[in-house]
Amino acid sequence: MTDYRELTQNGLWKNNPALVQLLGLCPLLAVTGSVVNALGLGLATLLVLVGSNVAVSLVRNAVSDAVKLPAFVMIIASFTTGTELLMQAYTFELYQILGIFIPLIVTNCAILGRADAYASKNPIWPSAVDGFMMGMGFMGALLIIGAIREILGAGTLFADMHLLFGETARGWTVSLFGQNYSGFLVAVLPPGAFLVAGLLIAIKNAVDAEIERRQAAKRVVVKGSKRVRTTGNVA
Amino acid sequence: MAFIKLSSPHATRRGTAGNVMQQVLLATLPGIAALTLFFGPGSLINIVLCAVFCLALEAGFLGLRGRPAMPFLKDYSALVTAILLGIALPPYSPWWLLLTGCFFAIVVAKQLYGGLGFNPFNPAMVGYVVLLISFPVEMTRWTLASPALAEGIALPNIAQGLQMTFGLLGNGDIDAWTGATPLDIVKQNQGETLSALYAQSPMLFSGTWAGAGWEWVNLGFLLGGVYLLYRRVFTWHAPVAMLIALTLLSALFYDGGSSESPGSPLLHLFSGATMLGAFFIVTDPVSSAVSTRGRLVFGAGVGILVYLIRAWGNYPDAVAFAVLLMNFAAPFIDYYTLPRTYGHSKANSGRVK
Repeated sequence: MTDYRELTQNGLWKNNPALVQLLGLCPLLAVTGSVVNALGLGLATLLVLVGSNVAVSLVRNAVSDAVKLPAFVMIIASFTTGTELLMQAYTFELYQILGIFIPLIVTNCAILGRADAYASKNPIWPSAVDGFMMGMGFMGALLIIGAIREILGAGTLFADMHLLFGETARGWTVSLFGQNYSGFLVAVLPPGAFLVAGLLIAIKNAVDAEIERRQAAKRVVVKGSKRVRTTGNVA
Repeated sequence: MAFIKLSSPHATRRGTAGNVMQQVLLATLPGIAALTLFFGPGSLINIVLCAVFCLALEAGFLGLRGRPAMPFLKDYSALVTAILLGIALPPYSPWWLLLTGCFFAIVVAKQLYGGLGFNPFNPAMVGYVVLLISFPVEMTRWTLASPALAEGIALPNIAQGLQMTFGLLGNGDIDAWTGATPLDIVKQNQGETLSALYAQSPMLFSGTWAGAGWEWVNLGFLLGGVYLLYRRVFTWHAPVAMLIALTLLSALFYDGGSSESPGSPLLHLFSGATMLGAFFIVTDPVSSAVSTRGRLVFGAGVGILVYLIRAWGNYPDAVAFAVLLMNFAAPFIDYYTLPRTYGHSKANSGRVK
């Protein structure tokens, strides 16, 4: 029986591809200059991740170990090309902005990692859920980093959302510091990406440590002697 | 008979971090005096504000890290960082610029890495570079030196300086005091020979050999550096290597002053942040190379990079970039310049045999 709750927890928090596995850092650092870029690439990655997980799970019994990695990469490349063509068709401007980072989704280790570690050993439905949750976790991290960098670097939030959601989204831009904000350029430059990503990882670790501390405080210590079991199944 | 039982070392030199930092603070005084004399009280305002910000940030983040604040504040390292940053930033910088610089210097470059002794980069230079790439307008607004000011305009007094720092003065007023630095003028040269350029820019012709004001500021820092050498706060290797590398390169490419010339050796030695960098930045004991040979390589690398960026890069001055790049390289330099240990005939360097 697959524990979907655990899959969700792993994808979104405990084993977050961006903040814990530290996979796919190249797009994470390169395109998170604004929310719209982050969301665009996050959605593309999510699509590829779910598709490749399902496809890999379908063929998992037909592909031998010797050729499984090339086969998985082929599958991922097909989905990436499909996503790229979709973006070219429907969000052309965003496609041009993200540029090389869309084809580079093929090399995102988070995707190959899930294909190899999970989808190649599990049935279709759990693999799809795993891919979806991992993709959501990755996109969540992208969005948070994108939002922080956009706020600091340009003083806005949700600028240029019409690239993704059509003309109605043009007015979504929230200007936080007024027109005179000159922009903290280092936040939109590569060093800012490293700084913000590092900060997020630190915050996540601090939250985990706090949760751990609270649980440890709740645990009841049983007094009295305990016999130490030395044979059989040592728990 | 009572013997005093003490283990080695028996030498009693007052070499604590706090003592060294106090010497450094003392040695910056001639340079700061020259800055104040030629550019008005702007640098002093910078330094005072930076000191307040840096000490507060240092104490605050030591508190967050669960460390006692007083012992670390007493080693004066935060104060040295504050003073170097205050000197490096343009006089009369706005207060938020100073605060951002101090935040990146003290919090990001120093405390996040584990405090004094664990920072791979020079904190003051990290703060400076973050500001330089983030706020190019505010960071390139240097004041003109007093001999180069237009007729009828005096240097800002303290009240006007404070008004500029806290943004109460219009941009038009500030523009009367600001202008290109000597290195900037040479950098932006539009096809003039150097002698023609010297004849038409007040910043250059009202100076004696390297630009009005700047030559005295650099002499001030040179004086402070010589004092620190005399007190043996650091060895001569890194600063001398840097100055020699800079002199050689600028002499080699000087070409007698054509329109393509990047400037004379004297201009490069006594303008911009050369002397401040050579004696106060390159000699940072934490982020530079450690061994004697390593310091020679480190200093020479900084000198070469400073010249390369000044002559062919995008920025008129480059001490901060050069120092940060060499900070990156410092562990590798140390790895390849291990000194010979006692009892071994050859140094055990990291080279593959």
